[in-house]
Amino acid sequence: MATVIPAEEALTTRIMARERLGSLWRHPILRAVLKAALTILAATTITFVLIRLLPGNPIDLRIEELTRNGSITYEEAREQVATIYPIDLDKPIPEQYLTYLANVMRGDLGKSFLSSSVSVTSIILAVLPWTLFAVGTGLLLSFAVGIGLGLLAAYWRGSFFDQAVSTLGSIISSVPNYLVAILIVLIFGVQLQIIPITEMRGAYSAGIQPGFNLDFIGDVLFHASLPITVFFLTHIGHWILSMRNATLATLEEDYVVAARARGLRDSRITTAYVGRNAALPLVTQLAISIGFVVGGAVLVEQIFLYQGVGLRLLRAVAQRDYPVMQGILLLVTVSVVVANLAADLIYSKLDPRIGHAS
Amino acid sequence: MSALARGRRWVIPAPLASVAGLIGVIARRPVGLLGLIGVGSFVGLAFIGPLFVPLHNTVDIANVYRTPSFANPLGTDFQGRDVLNQIVYGGRDILSVAFLAAFFSTAVAVTFGSLAATVGGKVDTIVLAVADIVLTVPQLVVLIVVAAIFRPEGFFILALLLASLQWAGLLRQIRAQILSLKEREYIEAARSLDLGLFHIIFREMLPNMASYVAIHFIFAMTGAVYAQVGLIVLGLVPLSGANWGVMLYLAQSQGALYFSDSFWYILSPILAISLFQLSLVALATGLEDVFNPRLRAGS
Repeated sequence: MATVIPAEEALTTRIMARERLGSLWRHPILRAVLKAALTILAATTITFVLIRLLPGNPIDLRIEELTRNGSITYEEAREQVATIYPIDLDKPIPEQYLTYLANVMRGDLGKSFLSSSVSVTSIILAVLPWTLFAVGTGLLLSFAVGIGLGLLAAYWRGSFFDQAVSTLGSIISSVPNYLVAILIVLIFGVQLQIIPITEMRGAYSAGIQPGFNLDFIGDVLFHASLPITVFFLTHIGHWILSMRNATLATLEEDYVVAARARGLRDSRITTAYVGRNAALPLVTQLAISIGFVVGGAVLVEQIFLYQGVGLRLLRAVAQRDYPVMQGILLLVTVSVVVANLAADLIYSKLDPRIGHAS
Repeated sequence: MSALARGRRWVIPAPLASVAGLIGVIARRPVGLLGLIGVGSFVGLAFIGPLFVPLHNTVDIANVYRTPSFANPLGTDFQGRDVLNQIVYGGRDILSVAFLAAFFSTAVAVTFGSLAATVGGKVDTIVLAVADIVLTVPQLVVLIVVAAIFRPEGFFILALLLASLQWAGLLRQIRAQILSLKEREYIEAARSLDLGLFHIIFREMLPNMASYVAIHFIFAMTGAVYAQVGLIVLGLVPLSGANWGVMLYLAQSQGALYFSDSFWYILSPILAISLFQLSLVALATGLEDVFNPRLRAGS
């Protein structure tokens, strides 16, 4: 007997340990964090494959380019390329991959092709805030307004308001954002000359001193207003329609009927019972759309010449500056992943059913 | 239609009859009718139009940036070429690539989505994890970088490239649909009759999701048009010949965008692309109206 008990105890602790691990995995917050880490790892791996492994990759091309005219040897060329990329070209491929991973995790994304003294990280950090500011503001504004309009449209289902808002929403959301941007330039900038498009280029005016004062903030808003308008216009339709559908579904729920039967005030039912529950799933959609918008911002920034990540990416493409291109791809992915993670966390805060491992 | 709404089991009719019947049902509502007419006219314009309208692509410096007239209903471009002629010829490639890309991404999503849902377990976890990663990656940025490194030539490659980033969202939805279908009695019956995975997926489940897949196919087309024209406008796809996206690319790179006489030349491809997108969305909405009457306005 005495020998059996410890074995049984060991077994139960092992089962308990496994259950605890399982519940850790089932824990939504930990899972979200793990998923975010995996996504970043995958994105890093993809960029490594893109720049190093595929035939015709930039590293091989660069070495070939440097050795073509015979002025330097293959080894010298390799050394030169190795100072630009955060990859140790002397090691076998799997080890190259590991050093690349380690360097990227430390924030070393390599140097620009054009000048080996400028790090890719510093280039990106100079432009990323502008894009995140414009995209974030436009998206949050469209979310807030769209949720409100969608809720009202669902309440007045079939009314003129509902028809107008839903139709306009679906029309405007099916026009690509860069076409909206071109239309703004074409109609308001060139034909009617209402908007001074050339003055609005860049992230802020040349003469102004960056700092936390009203002049600067006003100037930043002035320059960001066109991209924000485009992001607002091209997303509001989606929020209106999603919120309208979600609200219609929620209105049929038993707890709403029960709240009515209990004689609760209409305004209370609208906000606390219907609105909140209908808007919940849209929070996750908001996070997912951030990824699309940051990508779509490339064209919008190019049309307005707004100094964000997108415009910088296109400059890198035009200059065939591969380290910068790959760095932007990585950093944009990371910011999107972080945004998604934040949304997951917010969601678990908003919805008490999620966030407690059951 | 009402029988469908009540979830009656489908007896699969001959494919042609069902397509004709479906078109009839969609056309009963104004949105669906608009979508059908719109998509139909664009397909006609892009594929049949060129058979009747001779190609005019000779440079005519004397007639640069003409405003609309009888000879040039939509004016001329920066080289004096007729804009309407370019609109007629410029849709074929865009529509073909969009259709191919939607086809590839739908095929991947349906195959792996139904596989993940029916097999479950590790397969499900892996497929879902890959889909989640693809969903998070900023698509246009990836497309721009990939296109900049390996100039995608030929529209088959371009369609594959677009599809490779598009399948994930649809896959998640197909998987969710199948998970709910799995519990239905007739699927249980098919399983207890041991009809095999292939039979259950392709004969029992997918026919019940045909409308769903069709709607998402259309949305995949709009996504492919968006990304494709975006890449073309940036000049990252080496294309020649008439193409709505190339028109916009040239308008931008030639500075025509800031030239007030070029209004019609720039507006025409914008309208063509936007109206095509709108028609697709209207058609999808029409389909949704038929299959999901709960969302229908005012009833």
